[in-house]
Amino acid sequence: MKLREIASDLGLELLSGSLDTEISGGYTSDLLSDVMAHAEDGAALITIQAHTNTVAVASHADLPAIIVCNERPIPEDMLLAAEENRISICRTALTQFEASGKLFARL
Amino acid sequence: MSTLPILDDESPAFVTEIIYRLRIKDAMTRALHTGQTTDTLRTLQLLMREHKITGVPIVEKGRLLGMISMDDVIRALDDGYIDENAGDHMSRRLIVLEDDMPLSFGISYMEKYRFGRFPVLSKEKELVGIITSRDILVALLMEFNKEAEAREAAETAVRTEGSFYREYHVRKFDFEQAGKPTGDIKVELKQLGLPSKFIRRVAVACYELEMNQVVHSAGGIISGSITPTEIEIVATDRGPGIPNLEDALTEGYSTATEWVRSLGFGAGMGLPNARRAADEFEITSSESGTRVSCRFRIPEDQDETA
Repeated sequence: MKLREIASDLGLELLSGSLDTEISGGYTSDLLSDVMAHAEDGAALITIQAHTNTVAVASHADLPAIIVCNERPIPEDMLLAAEENRISICRTALTQFEASGKLFARL
Repeated sequence: MSTLPILDDESPAFVTEIIYRLRIKDAMTRALHTGQTTDTLRTLQLLMREHKITGVPIVEKGRLLGMISMDDVIRALDDGYIDENAGDHMSRRLIVLEDDMPLSFGISYMEKYRFGRFPVLSKEKELVGIITSRDILVALLMEFNKEAEAREAAETAVRTEGSFYREYHVRKFDFEQAGKPTGDIKVELKQLGLPSKFIRRVAVACYELEMNQVVHSAGGIISGSITPTEIEIVATDRGPGIPNLEDALTEGYSTATEWVRSLGFGAGMGLPNARRAADEFEITSSESGTRVSCRFRIPEDQDETA
């Protein structure tokens, strides 16, 4: 599924990358080690951790997209890292619970 | 007129090379807060306070007409003309820099004219930025850092037919640089055409070991060695050591501080994750340091399911 297909449902604001990014599922967590241990590759990471290390983790765990919830501010260096690592970053005002539920329902 | 000793022939070659290689535009601030001649000095004072700046260029249609500095504002407050227009009180005889000039000009101008900031113009004489001594300092530090890192890397990377070895220095609490070793090793493994699940296992272990050094150690070295049959990631640090290895290898056990946890680290999963990812895992620790080795056997058939 492309991010575009869930963009309006989740109120996604694209900050880096493309809405054409393919995702095959989702993983919701703020513990980055937990993400590396358990997220399936291809999933979108639903989190409130908005910093460069989140991008590194997404990259190492082969997660093509990060959805930052609660409209958390995204630092500039995170967007730069995302561009370098070709990870798409979207932001939403939804909580992690709401965003996860909506994504789950669409899979 | 005194000049800085770094601007003469006595400087090491790489310092002079850097201050001539970098341009004013590499160091200047592009986000400009400007005023107009019809703005009152009070308006500009508020602008300075709001953006924490010490000088405001006065412009008209992209052309620089003058500057109002914090000094001008203080004088206006002293002499009671703070509500008058900038156009009547700005300095009009300005020393400017051009964006294509080498940074060495910025340094010598700071020395020569003792202004806190210089407006920067493009070749077309449009105002494109402003440069302060802080901007210059930051640009130089970043460039020195890059240069030093490149030199270190050149010293510690060994590439021979079919194999590769490289060491990286990891600094305590340097969350910004963390991830570089893992990123580089991933690039190497991708070039070898290894399966992505295998690469992920190596990357996860390497990143966990790196973050462990960043969070817990006094600093250390991560090395990656790639041979045709095996990959080994070794993390060696300078202490303080892990008092109880069994605890450290228990999932959920953590000694990380609150602020480290708020970044999403220190969940007590680092070493367990690295151990799970690796084919062989070894750890030794004493007060003088911890050494962790993760080995990965390169899969023979290319569709490993990990």
